[in-house]
Amino acid sequence: MDLNEKKLIVIGGGPAGLAAAVAAVRRGLDPSSILVLERDSEPGGILNQCIHAGFGLHRFGEELTGPEYSGRYIQMAREAGIPILCDAMALELTSDRRVTFVSPETGYVMVQAEAVVLAMGCRERTRGALGIPGTRPAGVYTAGCAQRYVNIEGYMPGHRVVILGSGDIGLIMARRMTLEGAKVLAVCEIMPYSGGLARNIVQCLDDFGIPLKLSHTVVKIHGRDRVEGVTIAAVDEANGRKPIPGTEEFIECDTLLLSVGLIPENELTRGAGIGISRATNGADVNQYRETSAPGIYACGNVLHVHDLVDFVSEEADIAGTAAAERILGQSGAVVKSLPVSTGFGVRYTVPERIDLTAEPEEVRIFFRVSDVYKKVQFFVETAEGEVLAKRAKSAAAPGEMESLTVPAEKLAGLLDKDCGGIRVYLRETGGQSK
Amino acid sequence: MLYDVLIVGAGCTGVMTARLLSAKNVRVAVAEAASDVATGATAANSAIVHAGYDAKPGTLKAKLNVRGNKLMKRLSAQLGVECKPVGSHVIGFGDADLPMLEELYRRGIANGVEGLEIIGADRLRAMEPNVSPEATHSLWAPSAAITCPYGITIAAADNAVTNGVDFYLNFKVSGCAYEDGVYAVTDGKKAIRAKYVVNCAGVHSAEVASILGERDFPIEITPRRGEYFILDKVCGNLANSTLFVCPSDRGKGILVSPTVDGNLIVGPNAYAIGDADDRSTTAEGLAEITAGARRIMPNVPMNMAITSFAGVRSTPNQYDFYLKRSEQLPGVIHAVGVESPGFASSPATAEYLAGLLEEAGLVLEDKKDYIPTRRKDGNHVQFNRLSPGEKAERAKADPAYGKIVCRCETVTEGDLLDMLSAPIPAVTVDMMKKRLRAGMGRCQGGFCSPRVAALIAEKTGCGLDRVTKHGGGSWLVTAREEEE
Ligand SMILES: Cc1cc2nc3c(=O)[nH]c(=O)nc-3n(C[C@H](O)[C@H](O)[C@H](O)COP(=O)(O)OP(=O)(O)OC[C@H]3O[C@@H](n4cnc5c(N)ncnc54)[C@H](O)[C@@H]3O)c2cc1C
Ligand SMILES: Cc1cc2nc3c(=O)[nH]c(=O)nc-3n(C[C@H](O)[C@H](O)[C@H](O)COP(=O)(O)OP(=O)(O)OC[C@H]3O[C@@H](n4cnc5c(N)ncnc54)[C@H](O)[C@@H]3O)c2cc1C
Repeated sequence: MDLNEKKLIVIGGGPAGLAAAVAAVRRGLDPSSILVLERDSEPGGILNQCIHAGFGLHRFGEELTGPEYSGRYIQMAREAGIPILCDAMALELTSDRRVTFVSPETGYVMVQAEAVVLAMGCRERTRGALGIPGTRPAGVYTAGCAQRYVNIEGYMPGHRVVILGSGDIGLIMARRMTLEGAKVLAVCEIMPYSGGLARNIVQCLDDFGIPLKLSHTVVKIHGRDRVEGVTIAAVDEANGRKPIPGTEEFIECDTLLLSVGLIPENELTRGAGIGISRATNGADVNQYRETSAPGIYACGNVLHVHDLVDFVSEEADIAGTAAAERILGQSGAVVKSLPVSTGFGVRYTVPERIDLTAEPEEVRIFFRVSDVYKKVQFFVETAEGEVLAKRAKSAAAPGEMESLTVPAEKLAGLLDKDCGGIRVYLRETGGQSK
Repeated sequence: MLYDVLIVGAGCTGVMTARLLSAKNVRVAVAEAASDVATGATAANSAIVHAGYDAKPGTLKAKLNVRGNKLMKRLSAQLGVECKPVGSHVIGFGDADLPMLEELYRRGIANGVEGLEIIGADRLRAMEPNVSPEATHSLWAPSAAITCPYGITIAAADNAVTNGVDFYLNFKVSGCAYEDGVYAVTDGKKAIRAKYVVNCAGVHSAEVASILGERDFPIEITPRRGEYFILDKVCGNLANSTLFVCPSDRGKGILVSPTVDGNLIVGPNAYAIGDADDRSTTAEGLAEITAGARRIMPNVPMNMAITSFAGVRSTPNQYDFYLKRSEQLPGVIHAVGVESPGFASSPATAEYLAGLLEEAGLVLEDKKDYIPTRRKDGNHVQFNRLSPGEKAERAKADPAYGKIVCRCETVTEGDLLDMLSAPIPAVTVDMMKKRLRAGMGRCQGGFCSPRVAALIAEKTGCGLDRVTKHGGGSWLVTAREEEE
């Protein structure tokens, strides 16, 4: 492999990285000028260990398992002739697109690229980040780690299990462990609602009689060598979700699984001095998913945590296409840059900035709401009060990604107006449900 | 096999002593209850190589700390373990703290600590921009340093093995018989026979004294627990040196310090506990530490904590370390009540204990073929500590070094394989973690621990269900039902 020929480096060979590389080839980039770096021994990313169905409904119109979904992209990348280097870990990135990586095949090398796509995915939050008190025995696993033991190594991480966190990953692990013969004693959720999809609560908990304890958390871990139990307690919604004294309950178990959130893996991004959004923990990007460093793009979970891989692929198309256009010298000049900010009820948006060229195209703005709402209307509005897009919805929750598309003509209309930026917010039309 | 010396306990005190004796013409064994060396107080402390101004002049603590500080820096260079002379501040908040700072300064001068100075707020803030605006003075001690206490202890243990010391891990001393000038020390199953016994059993050292046969032993130990948070590496530069507050009767108080690996450590508190092995953390304790850390550094980002842990001090019923020859048992030496600055002192404590062995009749002569490094062929440097050029060379020579297993700390498969063949082979997940930091980074082993466990299983030829976190009953996984 001639590394001097590489123009586009994609860091991460999960669904995002693969889709970005495929999109770049579709846009006309020579596949031999691309290199996908994947630190695992196979491409596919986190999906390789998600052997349940529920992927690809939007993208492929059918329900696939995780490995099937990533398998399709691996296939597309192979057919397009895109080189994927496995066991290859990017160690350093500079803002002028120099990537240092190491692999058994190439050794420790540095490559100067014309464009870089960041697709490193995310890691799981741990016990340490939560500061759960107690002892430090074996048997406390993140859900992804347990998933790997069960689905890839073929071993059981434990028999009597308590799960903390009721997002989709926690729910799916509850079912998986049960099907493998373990007893899942409870799923605790600190919030008053589950962060997971309604169908998952039914199919993963209710069908197996697993109790979901809302507004509960784990306050202590017991056991010296191996987990011997956990103490859980109800939390006080009105008092910063602090445990309520007197509500403690001891559950004897040998395993605690944590499914308490994902953190975009942005150490390389930070090292390159790229601007990071406080709300997403991912890079600040424009609608092409270009970061504050020209020619460096980001997509997938490294940009913001997605619950549906279909949106990851869509976002990666955008980033890969833009990266190819840059290399091919076909990106339009930016004439105006508009910041996108959040208003009432909206926690974050992607993109955080819209860069207008002389002939703008439509832009789909993704966002998450900050609470559970019934009957809302979403708005995209200029600072001056002009509505660019709006949509009504009967219910909205933080667990679900929302989007609004601003039509091309609306954006074109802003070219010769004074515009201080764009704001996304919601209005309640029915009343807040808690 | 008859040993000249048996050391009970493989914390820093026991291991530094074993290492020192391994340079002499004596046969040495170490018995350790845990599955690894450096698992007691040595694994869970503030990691400060104290300058030595704190202890009262004339005490063993004072003497051994000041000498230990110098020896520790030398030893770290010999064994290739990093030790950063970052210095320390004892911060005063207002004039009321000034008499204490002056008292510490006087003690330091009497103890022979070099470079001590009391400085004002402006200089303090220039050195430590993130320190509280309420800080008015500090006692600056440039000779204080930070290192990895278990890292250097493990390195010293490897060095000792390289020079012929035998380590008996998972050997909990529970009985002892004495006959014809020989002690037969047992764990209930096997016996180790030796002419001299050194008791370095940390928080259990008073118990071990009575197991060895001591009657009416004068020292009682009160276990006192201290809790800590470790913050992400992005916080490591918030402090340039170790920041203490004025000591009180409960100890040195809660500190904020960079660690040698680039994280920030905050803690400890101090509470007497009933069970000497209870190293659990508590919600109240962690809240107390947060408050204590904020006093020193109001903006310390506690939400960046990646882990918390606790260590247990062995506080004796006297001020000083109790390092003495037994009055009842010939050839038995006790190192009891070795609380802070026990780690900083340990290389000097080892010299002192060797002196007591000589007084008891042991003849110590230098070995001719002594190897000063961790292994016969030197100190193996971990991949992530190499320069870019060296990394390129290493990965080219051995592709296993091109394969990263722990992403957060950049630990390669080559490093793991190297530790499997170390003088003390790393055969548990925690052993790998303590030697290479695999699993100690921000993802806390979520990614690498299954892979580390799988590699240990493969190379030691056992099933994954036989690999443990830290020995004993700390199993990680079991075989699936249908396969049983
Ligand atoms: C446990 C779990 C369960 C899920 N369940 C569902 C579901 O049921 N349905 C659904 O639609 N979605 C689900 N998702 C979401 C969806 O799978 C993810 O959004 C999607 O996989 C993200 O793709 P990605 O490429 O951004 O990240 P990843 O799949 O995480 O891929 C990132 C890749 O980058 C590599 N990498 C990272 N850093 C480097 C580096 N420095 N050098 C080289 N390589 C690097 C990693 O090894 C990894 O292979 C789930 C996600 C998780 C974590
Ligand atoms: C919270 C805290 C903070 C501290 N901070 C510092 C600091 O910053 N600087 C400093 O210099 N010092 C510090 N110290 C003190 C320092 O950690 C100790 O003095 C030092 O580690 C003691 O080492 P040791 O080898 O004597 O004991 P340990 O490290 O406790 O080792 C004793 C060993 O004996 C073994 N053992 C016990 N019973 C038996 C048995 N029956 N059979 C076989 N083996 C047995 C144990 O398993 C253990 O491995 C701190 C201590 C604590 C707890």
